[in-house]
Amino acid sequence: MGTGTVSKTPNIKRRQFLAGAVAAGPAVALAATARSAGAVESARPSVPAVPQTAGDTHAPSALPRLTTNGKVGGDFMVDCIRSLDIDFMASCPGSTFRGLQESIINYGMNTKPEFITCLHEEISVAMAHGYAKIAGKPMATMVHGVVGTQHASMAIYNAYCDQTPIVVLAGNVGQGTMRRPGVEWAHSAHDQATIVRDYVKWDDQAANLQDFSEGLVRAYDLATTAPMGPVFCVIDADQQEEEIAGHNLTIPKLRKRSQPVGDGVALAEAAKMLVAAENPVILAGRVQRTDAGPKLLAQLAETLQAPVVDDRARMNMANRHPLNHSERGNAAIRAADVILALEPYDLYGMLYEVDDLIGRPARPKIRPGTKVIVLGTTDTQIKPNITLYARYTSADLGITGDAEATMPYLIQAIEKEVTPNRRTALATRGQKLKEQSAGFMKAINQQAVLAWNASPVSTARTCAEVWNQLRDVEYTMASEANFLSLWPYRLWNMDKPYNSMGRSVGGGVGYTCSASLGAALANKQHGRITVSLNGDGDLMMSPGVLWTAAHHQIPILYLVHNNRAYHQETMHLQRIAQRNQRGAERAFTGTTINDPNIDFATLARSMGVYSQGPIDNPADLGPAITRALDVVKKGHPALIDVVSQPR
Amino acid sequence: MVGAGVIAGVAGLSAALAQDAPLGDVANGKKLYDTVGCFQCHGFVGQGGAAGPKLIDPTPFAAFIVQLRTPRQVMPPYTERVLTDQQVADIYAHVKTFPLPPDPATIPILR
Repeated sequence: MGTGTVSKTPNIKRRQFLAGAVAAGPAVALAATARSAGAVESARPSVPAVPQTAGDTHAPSALPRLTTNGKVGGDFMVDCIRSLDIDFMASCPGSTFRGLQESIINYGMNTKPEFITCLHEEISVAMAHGYAKIAGKPMATMVHGVVGTQHASMAIYNAYCDQTPIVVLAGNVGQGTMRRPGVEWAHSAHDQATIVRDYVKWDDQAANLQDFSEGLVRAYDLATTAPMGPVFCVIDADQQEEEIAGHNLTIPKLRKRSQPVGDGVALAEAAKMLVAAENPVILAGRVQRTDAGPKLLAQLAETLQAPVVDDRARMNMANRHPLNHSERGNAAIRAADVILALEPYDLYGMLYEVDDLIGRPARPKIRPGTKVIVLGTTDTQIKPNITLYARYTSADLGITGDAEATMPYLIQAIEKEVTPNRRTALATRGQKLKEQSAGFMKAINQQAVLAWNASPVSTARTCAEVWNQLRDVEYTMASEANFLSLWPYRLWNMDKPYNSMGRSVGGGVGYTCSASLGAALANKQHGRITVSLNGDGDLMMSPGVLWTAAHHQIPILYLVHNNRAYHQETMHLQRIAQRNQRGAERAFTGTTINDPNIDFATLARSMGVYSQGPIDNPADLGPAITRALDVVKKGHPALIDVVSQPR
Repeated sequence: MVGAGVIAGVAGLSAALAQDAPLGDVANGKKLYDTVGCFQCHGFVGQGGAAGPKLIDPTPFAAFIVQLRTPRQVMPPYTERVLTDQQVADIYAHVKTFPLPPDPATIPILR
């Protein structure tokens, strides 16, 4: 091969070829690529540097249609969503709902619903869970195919257990002929809802856009009717992307629906039993549903002059009301001769003690002969597989009806039964209960100081320091408090319907951090401060929630209750080790989150969230909260890592 | 048998309560308290909480060890196989060092 000649079989090494192509510029590179690829690439026409044939200047007639004109299915879906006054759509993006996502941002201009970007479907659904509990209405989420559905399933389950309305839209490529080879087959299903059917209130898989419209409105209607729960609508990818010109599509108007109310005869019977009782006790499960709930429960308690034992599954009753006797709950239950259980989700657990000992011995809290009345809808949503219904527990009277909706009628029935003599007796009982309340409220502070200056910081000290700076603001305590020895309920004044949002009930770890952010999203328009006293284990299930908080500038204060363990599990392991007489020294294996310790402040900063900590000196906590709340009050998220006592 | 043991323990309690606690090693007691699980329910300084009662200003040693060996309620039992009497005494010595709390009335944020 002499100089200046061209080889018929070029022997250019790949690296040299690429270098030459870059030096010569893009156009040359494209041409060179086409030449070197040869027959392998011939099925994919390339753009020549210079038009060479008619095919380069005229679109071939055999190509599929490349554009749409006018409205597409996703646009109609946005219209349907808007008709339900849904403000937000939280989602981790995915191709099976790309049509609807594009419609939300370009047709809907990203308002009603506004797209909330999440980094995991468990976050987006749990956000919707917390949002609904504060906003009093559902928001929507989109999940991608079977993979997104499985990611979302834990949070859907929590919402089901907590009877919280959420609208989940699940993308799917329903027709096999419309799936691209490969991953779309792995992400699609014939019956996608089967993954979560055990724990949604209803699911739908629309065959066409009109079916979608009616299915979505029905889903919303069912989700928001007691007993409430999540609904799951599969949305077909092709329906989202198809043109709808010529279709006669309609959106049904959502029914204005009342909630189920208990039967009048049964209420009259209950009223007789309650008024005749010497020591009636009201047990509050998942009572509060609207802003009216706490006032109604207080009114019921005052009408009867009966103590309330609040399970704190909702913001059921002002915690400092003198008839709120949750602080001495078991003692009150033991003294009862008639119990009125409102929306109990575990009546057996309310009336019996089950010791975590060998054989799980159980004994009643109530005395023999105590009458039990149950009012609620919880048992009407039993599914065959999940044992959320707990042990079947006998009652003297069961009234099917939503407790909050029924309370005004029950109060009326009780007032009818109260004679003047009985009224005097009730007033005497009420006075005694008030005095008891003053006693246990005073004892709370004496317990709060027991580890006041300890390091790690006590949960009581943390909660007292936070409360000291929340006294004069509107707030929501968005987290569960069982692992904080219930200190927020004991130290804070909670008398507004949004001051607390109760439990997850399902107990799926990872709920708190994301549901709290959902609550904060709902609170944003009201200017309320949202505080999440968040377990370290919970936050590490979904740390990406911090990014969403920063990205959307959702004001929230996370205080990480950092006991550096899945501490509940440490205690469980200790229990079994001691039972087996092997010692508890190794109970930390697999249950602690140390070595290395997680630096939550750095984690938060890495995602754009203002942060402080780790704080292990209680004296540093108050000033840190002041600084963090300044940030939150300006509309941003903040986090404080508090190295904490276990409980 | 368990019932008889508890009765025997209770019968001997009043005599035992009068006795002083055996001498315990505070440092070893702290090490044990932090490793055999005491702190998990009672807190690092015995403040107690939802999972267990406070240990600050503890009950007399005789009652302390009875509760440890044959607990009432759901506390896990600490038998002699996992904790000797001397080790219990060490833990007790450590528990006795837990500081008494301040008066809540002196803490402004609790008013």
